[in-house]
Amino acid sequence: MPTVTAPPTSPYQSAYDSLASQSAQQPAWLRDLRRNAMQRFAHLGFPTARRGNEPWKYTSVAPIAQAALAHDAAAGAATLAHLKRLAPWRDAWPRLVFVDGRYNARLSSCDSLPRGVRLHTLAHALATDPAALEPHLGHIASWTDDAFVALNTAFLADGAVLIIPPGAVLEEPVHILHVVTDGAGAIAAHPRTLVLAGDRSRAAIIETFVSASGAAYFTNAVTEIVAAPSAQIAHAKLMLEGAASYHVGGTCVRQAQDSAFTSASISSGAALARNNLAILLASPGASCNLSGLSLTAGSQHLDNTLSVDHAAPHTTSRQIYKGILDGQSRAVFVGRVLVRQGATKADAVQRSKNLLLSRGAEIDAKPSLEILTDDVRCSHGATAGELDQSALFYLMSRGLPRDAARSLLVQAFASEIIQSLAIAPLRTWLDRRLALPLAASHAEVPA
Amino acid sequence: MTTADRLAQKEYGYGFVSPVEADTLPKGLSEDTIRLISQKKGEPEFMLEWRLKAYRHWLTLEGQSPAWANVSHDPIDFQDIIYYSAPKGKTDGPKNLQEVDPEILRAFEKLGIPLEEQKRLSGIAVDAVFDSVSVATTYKDTLDKLGIIFCSFSEAVKNHPDLIKKYLGSVVPYTDNFYAALNAAVFSDGSFAYIPKGVRCPVELMTYFRINQADTGQFERTLIVADESAYVSYLEGCTAPSRKRNQLHAAVVELVALDNAEIKYSTLQNWFPGDAEGKGGVYNFVTKRGKALGRKSKISWTQVETGSAITWKYPSVILQGDDSVGEFYSVALVNNRQQADTGTKMIHLGKNTRSTIISKGISAGRGQNTYRGLVRILPGAEHARNYTQCDSLLLGSACSASTVPYIEVRNPTAQVEHEASTSKVSDDQLFYCMQRGISEEDARFMIINGFCREIFKELPWEFAVEASQLLKVSLEGAVG
Repeated sequence: MPTVTAPPTSPYQSAYDSLASQSAQQPAWLRDLRRNAMQRFAHLGFPTARRGNEPWKYTSVAPIAQAALAHDAAAGAATLAHLKRLAPWRDAWPRLVFVDGRYNARLSSCDSLPRGVRLHTLAHALATDPAALEPHLGHIASWTDDAFVALNTAFLADGAVLIIPPGAVLEEPVHILHVVTDGAGAIAAHPRTLVLAGDRSRAAIIETFVSASGAAYFTNAVTEIVAAPSAQIAHAKLMLEGAASYHVGGTCVRQAQDSAFTSASISSGAALARNNLAILLASPGASCNLSGLSLTAGSQHLDNTLSVDHAAPHTTSRQIYKGILDGQSRAVFVGRVLVRQGATKADAVQRSKNLLLSRGAEIDAKPSLEILTDDVRCSHGATAGELDQSALFYLMSRGLPRDAARSLLVQAFASEIIQSLAIAPLRTWLDRRLALPLAASHAEVPA
Repeated sequence: MTTADRLAQKEYGYGFVSPVEADTLPKGLSEDTIRLISQKKGEPEFMLEWRLKAYRHWLTLEGQSPAWANVSHDPIDFQDIIYYSAPKGKTDGPKNLQEVDPEILRAFEKLGIPLEEQKRLSGIAVDAVFDSVSVATTYKDTLDKLGIIFCSFSEAVKNHPDLIKKYLGSVVPYTDNFYAALNAAVFSDGSFAYIPKGVRCPVELMTYFRINQADTGQFERTLIVADESAYVSYLEGCTAPSRKRNQLHAAVVELVALDNAEIKYSTLQNWFPGDAEGKGGVYNFVTKRGKALGRKSKISWTQVETGSAITWKYPSVILQGDDSVGEFYSVALVNNRQQADTGTKMIHLGKNTRSTIISKGISAGRGQNTYRGLVRILPGAEHARNYTQCDSLLLGSACSASTVPYIEVRNPTAQVEHEASTSKVSDDQLFYCMQRGISEEDARFMIINGFCREIFKELPWEFAVEASQLLKVSLEGAVG
């Protein structure tokens, strides 16, 4: 990644140094990993959105690079009632809660897990069974060419670890909840999640990033998921960060034979956000189904960058991402499908559909296919435009006011993604939660 | 021994070289080279100044040749290229069949169309660019009567300096990109066409490019202006003899269409692709762009790209006038070790502008084929419309096909659609044909031909037959 904005950001270096002195009890391999990652970050610097830097062509992270962020702030107070108001909730869901980047044991609950399933904080797992993490941590998400993953790795201290033994089935989704309190100010957090799903295991994981804070804080999350043969993993990411915040999140998945991975990425928060999702279909029969919905308004900037690597024969991938853009917001969709040589019978479909609701909104889409073998079936499509005028006319001719008709059409557009969510309780929650910003925004759209 | 003599003794491949005595500058590029080119061509002062400005800009780019394309080649030594080579006897151009590459003739025999015959039959006015200097134009009288100017660029600079001053660089400024800057500095000739108001050009205008001299780069520049309500169809064919060394072709084409004007630009590109091992061949780094400047103007690019070792080419349209139309129809074929990174850009500025992109990529052997295209809708482009379809066909497990569209929409009333697919020749289709008694090779070719049909039907008929056969010749050994 050709890069560098500011000189190797010294605030991060000093924060790293002070953290390093506190983490002497970490295993040696982890300290080495963190040191190397910090050096890598210092070398890479924050990426710049200049010409020729393809991965960051449409997204400038200059506001993040220039932000003055606190790494050592104490966590604020949060209550269960507070969380239930902000995030989807079932009392039965096992959960780990992080408040202002710090683990909160009082709000967390790991009671209802099947035998053998381990859900711990990363700090706990590192202290008790580091050997189980060593082969995976930092190996699924590449920190050598991505500055934000390098930064997260350098600050690797806490987060969530979910280890599912072979054959185990989790009936309830595991919820990993990151909340930033209103009084937290401009903090930086680098949470890490590691999921190791054993053979034939089945589980659903929800990662929620939520805040009502108006501060320009920065979340730099990395999630690593390893799906063993025939594992079935459903993953949902809800990015509902505070209106002035920055969010960069990388989710990296490695899939073994016949494993199935579903991902839903719902984004409506943050001033500037980037979701990276990278799937490696490493063995035959692996399949993934990736869907996304983003709602942007005001001057938000949201970037969804996806990569699916078909590295083995008989692998299947589906991508469907939708964007609803309002105000002066800007959304970016970059999807890459790579079919490597020898990955015959690969089957890939990639769709990006975007709805522009207002003047001043901008969508940039770059769905790309790189096919290095012949016996494949790959297609992609991208659309951008306003609401279908004939559909609008149809509804209005049946007596619906314009705003109601618009609202109905926008909801219909979004519902394709919401209704296909593998985790059913999220559907109703999102329907309720996402309906609000949509209804409010119509008034601003010129008729 | 002159440079030309030395070069004449150089070993070259099995291909053909016209033994034409040439007036050739030594290798290398400097301000002096440019002054010399300008002087040899007897250019007015304004041209030299423009060239020098371009050269100075090129120097600031310091060898930053574009690196984003999905192609790889050794760095080009720009001092190791001859920037000017003119045939000494001006009548020695490829005006008769004896002068034309026997390889090409053999190819044309396979196609069943005698080259010259075909042109005469179809009434194509030819402006042949042999290496760097335009040597002959035909059908001058017919065109003169209508007030159509069709001549070499050098003549246009001398005889129509006002038009050149007005339009040169107005679509592709010398600051546009690395190769456009280089071309602006050193271009030696090319074609110029001007169609006056309300005139419908009765014949297809044609330029025939050929790189003959070893180690020369071909830097031609084409400028076509269609005045209000004018129409012109322009054909461009390209060939080069086979050589073991790579040759650089860095051309610039500028099209300007005023109110209600239409320009149809068709290219059959068959530069030497290098041998089966990827040695030699032409580096085809070309900047082609049209400006649909006037209301209801239309620019249409059709290209069949079968040649060149590397193709780097994005014929584009700037849709500036309201209700203007841009079209891009392309077949790009790579075989052996050819690399192509080609596509288009449709920049929508005006209201109700429409663009259509149909691209068909065929990859065989170890070829690498990339479609790279941009559709940009700017805020003022009310009700702009784009439809893009890119299909790739893979023949063999060692080739590759990439599709990289960029879609940038900044107006909510615009409708943009992009679709693409990649697959091999369907076994079902093949089976269907073969069970009706068609041999596998014929069946494959039939399917491939069908795959390209949408594009071929956009070509003038005499080109369409040739294109289809050219495809067959280029794919020999890759199908069946």
